[in-house]
Amino acid sequence: MSDDAVLVQADGLVKRFGDFEAVRGIDVKVRRGEAFGFLGPNGAGKSSTMRMIACTSPRTAGELRVLGMDPDRQGPRIRARLGVVPQQDNLDNELTVRQNLQVYGRYFGLSRAQVRDRATELLRFAQLTDRADDQVDPLSGGMKRRLTIARSLVNEPELLLLDEPTTGLDPQARHLLWDRLFRLKQSGVTLIVTTHYMDEAEQLCDRLVVMDGGRIVAEGSPAGLIAEHSSREVLELRFPIDQQQANVPLLHDLAERVEVLPDRLLIYTDDGESVLAQASRRGVRPTSSLVRRSTLEDVFLRLTGRTLVD
Amino acid sequence: MAATGRTVHPVAAIGFVLEGLWTWYRRNWRSTAVSSFLTPLMFLTAMGFGLGSQIRPGPATDNLPYVVYLAPAVLVGLAVQVSTGESSFPVLGSFKWDQRYYAITATPVTVDQLLAAQVVWVALRVFVSGLAYVLVAALFGAFVNAGALLAVPISMLAGLAFGTWVVALAATVNDEGNAFGNAFRFVVVPMTLFAGTYYPISQLPAWSRPLAWVTPLWHGNELARAAEFGGMSLLTAAGHVAYLLVLVAGGVLTARWRFHVRLKV
Amino acid sequence: MTTHGLVLRIVPVGSYAGRARAVVERSALVNRRNWLLVVSGVVEPLFYLFALGIGFGGIIGNLTAPDGHPISYAAYVAPGLLAASAMNGAVHDSTFNVFMKLKYARVYDAMLATPLGPMDVALGEISWSLLRGGIYAAGFLAVMGALGLITSPWALLALPAALLVAFGFASVGMAAATLLRSWQDFDLILLVVMPMFLFSTTFFPITVYPAAIRVAVECLPLYHGIELMRQLTSGAVGWSALGHVAYFAAMVAVGGWFATRRLGKLLLT
Repeated sequence: MSDDAVLVQADGLVKRFGDFEAVRGIDVKVRRGEAFGFLGPNGAGKSSTMRMIACTSPRTAGELRVLGMDPDRQGPRIRARLGVVPQQDNLDNELTVRQNLQVYGRYFGLSRAQVRDRATELLRFAQLTDRADDQVDPLSGGMKRRLTIARSLVNEPELLLLDEPTTGLDPQARHLLWDRLFRLKQSGVTLIVTTHYMDEAEQLCDRLVVMDGGRIVAEGSPAGLIAEHSSREVLELRFPIDQQQANVPLLHDLAERVEVLPDRLLIYTDDGESVLAQASRRGVRPTSSLVRRSTLEDVFLRLTGRTLVD
Repeated sequence: MAATGRTVHPVAAIGFVLEGLWTWYRRNWRSTAVSSFLTPLMFLTAMGFGLGSQIRPGPATDNLPYVVYLAPAVLVGLAVQVSTGESSFPVLGSFKWDQRYYAITATPVTVDQLLAAQVVWVALRVFVSGLAYVLVAALFGAFVNAGALLAVPISMLAGLAFGTWVVALAATVNDEGNAFGNAFRFVVVPMTLFAGTYYPISQLPAWSRPLAWVTPLWHGNELARAAEFGGMSLLTAAGHVAYLLVLVAGGVLTARWRFHVRLKV
Repeated sequence: MTTHGLVLRIVPVGSYAGRARAVVERSALVNRRNWLLVVSGVVEPLFYLFALGIGFGGIIGNLTAPDGHPISYAAYVAPGLLAASAMNGAVHDSTFNVFMKLKYARVYDAMLATPLGPMDVALGEISWSLLRGGIYAAGFLAVMGALGLITSPWALLALPAALLVAFGFASVGMAAATLLRSWQDFDLILLVVMPMFLFSTTFFPITVYPAAIRVAVECLPLYHGIELMRQLTSGAVGWSALGHVAYFAAMVAVGGWFATRRLGKLLLT
């Protein structure tokens, strides 16, 4: 309780399922008002960590305080102040859109009048007012996701946990959702987000940790992580089938680093155009080339040797 | 790889669909063993022997021991039960949950062949459960002569006379199966209770008897008992069979219409 | 409510928020649209009562009440059906419904992300099931009364007795539901419930059985439910009624304890 601004503090946090160790001793500190991210591929231990923070999964070892309390002993009191958006929507298919919000509010002990008002407000926030009295099942994926987020806000939480908020949505639905989350952040809600999309992490998070195999491999702001672990630019080259490998030796000394992916080469450098020109002079003939800025994807590749989405 | 470009003979197509159903069933038969084998035997034991011990053979039981009087009707009840079970959730699920029917009709198999295979499957399940029941119940002395074997195809006919309509219902509804719960409670249960399973419908008030006459179960019960105990004219028997056949035909045609609508072809 | 305090003391920390009522409200809201299924629960045991009571009336003579005086077959079978339908309804609600929500609808996952704990969920679901069971039982008793099958004021206690029977079966049923692996396992439930329905003296007296089997039947919970109900509707109430009540109190305690523990294990991993 020493530091009131720290909402979540984990020290050496471990989660084991039988013989499998999903989370292998992580240290995390999330402060009030920030948007904090867990970035990592599927199976990195992000969801297990989130469920421990949400007080729906007891920790195996280590220390964890959420809102200054112990999840093992004060679960209901902590959950009363949290909002949870699980990886898969678990909306109540037997209720209408509006009823989903109202019934959920009752679980928090809100009065009938309160849940009525709150539902109206949240329907507007989620842009679902037109569908208020429809069943949930026929809604689109993006609408269901917005409803799940609206539902998680029914108790005006101080801390909102979002597990893979936009996985499986089309680009338009993702941007709409990001906009809603951005508004929440502006209004002072602390966000914790897990994602395996680097663009989502860059869009939403002030600070993030990169997870792999149950461990934290790096921590920082998105820009800081890129500056620390990658070059300014990346040159991507694609070659005809079976010719990629022969070109690698011609490129090695031109850049800080060359990554060989199954379908392309990534050349890390501060000036992509000039490397491309030099390579061309040496007789490198790719079918296509692209110069872009470094992203968190490159950070992850650098740190783990693997891609985020496979 | 070149496409085979092959179409198949209709009978072979039905065979392929049956093969798929059988593949599933082989792994999941246990759950049906209780409902289609143990339940009717327990039922016959409790009502035939247990309750039967309180009933003297008399005109209401064709002067037979009660368990013998009851046994053929339990067979027909079993047929209706099994055929309802096989035609309800499995058919709805093949449209709605695993969408197996859409996968099948994306192959050269046609909608009519698919429906035919589904109905044949129901018939086979009913026939096999009925046969198993008769053989075991005969060991307990609940069946007294070989006419009981003739009652098995009769029960299958009665089962299909109801089950094909359930197939049509399953191809029409799109809820989580509430319709089946209602059909079961409001149609199957009362039918079993009031259509001459436990005692002749003459025991009930006269006004209620026409309700029994409409049900396939009553016709099945009459035929199944006659197959074992005799005492029915050929003409009467033909009438019962004709009624059941009309119901089967109506059910199949309705189901066919619903299948075509739902599979949009 | 004093039971709140008691419950809070005996269950594990954090598994009860004292808000089971919100879970009941959800069920009531859902079932408002599915009233036909609710009504059918009243109608089904009545079908049995008419078919067996009236149809067999002309074939089966009088049987005996628990105190030995003769009663009609309808008066004999009615309390049996009342207890059996309390069992069937409770088992259906606590196994089928709970399993579906647990495995597929993930309704409970959403509930447990709120202050609600597994005990709130278990109590809420059982309370709803009892509420419904109470309506069915009241309807059935009213029809029994109209048919002249009730001969004693003790019958007023048949309603709370039906609730107790349902509570016992719902607790154990819910505990069983947490052990089910797939839909295929429902045959095991059927395998327990069906013979109990058929052989626990619902339809015929226990004197039908040889002595050894009689003892086995006397161990079955439904037998105790039926005996209790038969004593109350016929007015032949004895001290043994307390034993039957104790049997169900034990089912409530053991089943409820096990169900809460298992729900916590399954949902909070």
